[in-house]
Amino acid sequence: MSLITLVNVNVRLGGRTVLEDVSLALEPGEIVTIVGPNGSGKSTLLRTIIGAIKPSGGTVLRKKGLKIGYVPQKLHIDPTLPLTVRRFLSLPKRVSNDAAHAALHDAGAGHLCHHQMTDLSGGQFQRVLLARALLSKPDLLILDEATQGLDQPGSADFYTQIESVRRDKGCAVLMVSHELHVVMAASDRVICLNGHVCCHGTPEHVASAPEYRALFGNGTHGALALYRHEHSHDHCDHDHAHQIGAHQIGEHAHEDQSA
Amino acid sequence: MSLLDDFMVRAILAGLGLVIAAAPLGCFVVWRRMAYFGDATAHAAILGVALALAFNVSIFAGVLVVALIMALAVSSLNGRGFAMDTLLGVMAHSSLAFGLVAVSFVHGVRVDLMAYLFGDILAVGRSDLAVIWVGAALVSGLLYWRWSALLTATLNPDLAMASGVSPKREQLILSLALALVVAVAIKVVGTLLIAAMLLIPAAAARPFARTPERMAVIAMVIGGIAIFGGIEGAFAFDTPTGPTIVCVAALLFVLANLVRVLRTYSAR
Repeated sequence: MSLITLVNVNVRLGGRTVLEDVSLALEPGEIVTIVGPNGSGKSTLLRTIIGAIKPSGGTVLRKKGLKIGYVPQKLHIDPTLPLTVRRFLSLPKRVSNDAAHAALHDAGAGHLCHHQMTDLSGGQFQRVLLARALLSKPDLLILDEATQGLDQPGSADFYTQIESVRRDKGCAVLMVSHELHVVMAASDRVICLNGHVCCHGTPEHVASAPEYRALFGNGTHGALALYRHEHSHDHCDHDHAHQIGAHQIGEHAHEDQSA
Repeated sequence: MSLLDDFMVRAILAGLGLVIAAAPLGCFVVWRRMAYFGDATAHAAILGVALALAFNVSIFAGVLVVALIMALAVSSLNGRGFAMDTLLGVMAHSSLAFGLVAVSFVHGVRVDLMAYLFGDILAVGRSDLAVIWVGAALVSGLLYWRWSALLTATLNPDLAMASGVSPKREQLILSLALALVVAVAIKVVGTLLIAAMLLIPAAAARPFARTPERMAVIAMVIGGIAIFGGIEGAFAFDTPTGPTIVCVAALLFVLANLVRVLRTYSAR
């Protein structure tokens, strides 16, 4: 059974129709990415799925007992608030030390337990947010622009982590991103959104769809193959991943020209 | 003769009661950048004093109601066309002005406004003491009960929503606690210095804390020292008590930050 099914969902916010006739279903264990230009309703769609927004039409069906782990966009923590990573994981519900360590390990942040949240780098911070989302043992992990502010190797690293989490935990992943090339390569399915579902399917299918090209042009699709390779699980291995990516960008760019 | 017959003992107990409630609440005021919010609520208290005198109800009740209305108004007006600081400025100063005008209409009672602006901790009686401690117990109980939810909502509203915590409800609880503290503190330090007792101990505690809980506890200790030192100092130097307490707190703040600077300097 699908984890979440949306049937002809309409959302109006402040008198403006943001989502129109959106239908989609999420299956257990798959990675789905939503892409779309600014203002296309990506975040609204996520918030509708979480339940923070009530649709004005259509239905949202959730599997019974569905647990959702949510990784927000970059979270600002005021420097006046002292907060260790360990304490952060226990908000709002207290978790055991074992559970906290396991979640940090799964998110690739095992060594950060006693750091202050405000001392973390962008990539470390997102890993801690991921660890927090994993604590509830979710069936579905939702990431809203989770790599905003990370450089390309950093975000590629992060998505590698997401893939390994999916493999180990078997949870489905739904994410929104601007970084088409990196994200789409890590996905099983891509949904291209612009108020309505423009097109959807495998990354390759979407990238070559005329609707997608009308929105994003041809420029980005060359980088599609980025990171679609057997990667090691060493998280420090930025350079390796980056080089292969750059190499493949080159190849595709070449193909584009010849086509 | 019991211990409570001594006005100095009553003053110190009143101050400690205030600190127990104000220090942890002040941490939230600092974390959420609500410094002006405390100010505005405190200024509105003068209007509460005037109304209480006019309608012949207890000062505590009048201040509590007006501070609560003020807190709720600001919470609900937030984000509707005006920046928060503008909104708070307008409401704080106009409610203070309306309060002063309203006091002048109250006939027959000679109102010593200074007592409400600056408080008179040395004049605290047994019944005041009871009110202060009951209020302090209510506020700290409320904060203890909602602590995790309040922290989550302070971190990020969306994160709170996803964890089943309503940020709006937590904001309401904080407003309620703030109104209670203002109503309790008006006798001790007066409306002009309430915000100081919320902010300064919390700000002074920040350099020594690694977790939110520890910051609240350290803020309580610093506030307690300020109360004790302020009352003793005022007695020794014959200075007004409320302001002396705030002066001691301010000195502790400077000291704490000197320690922080020295520590980062020596860590290099």
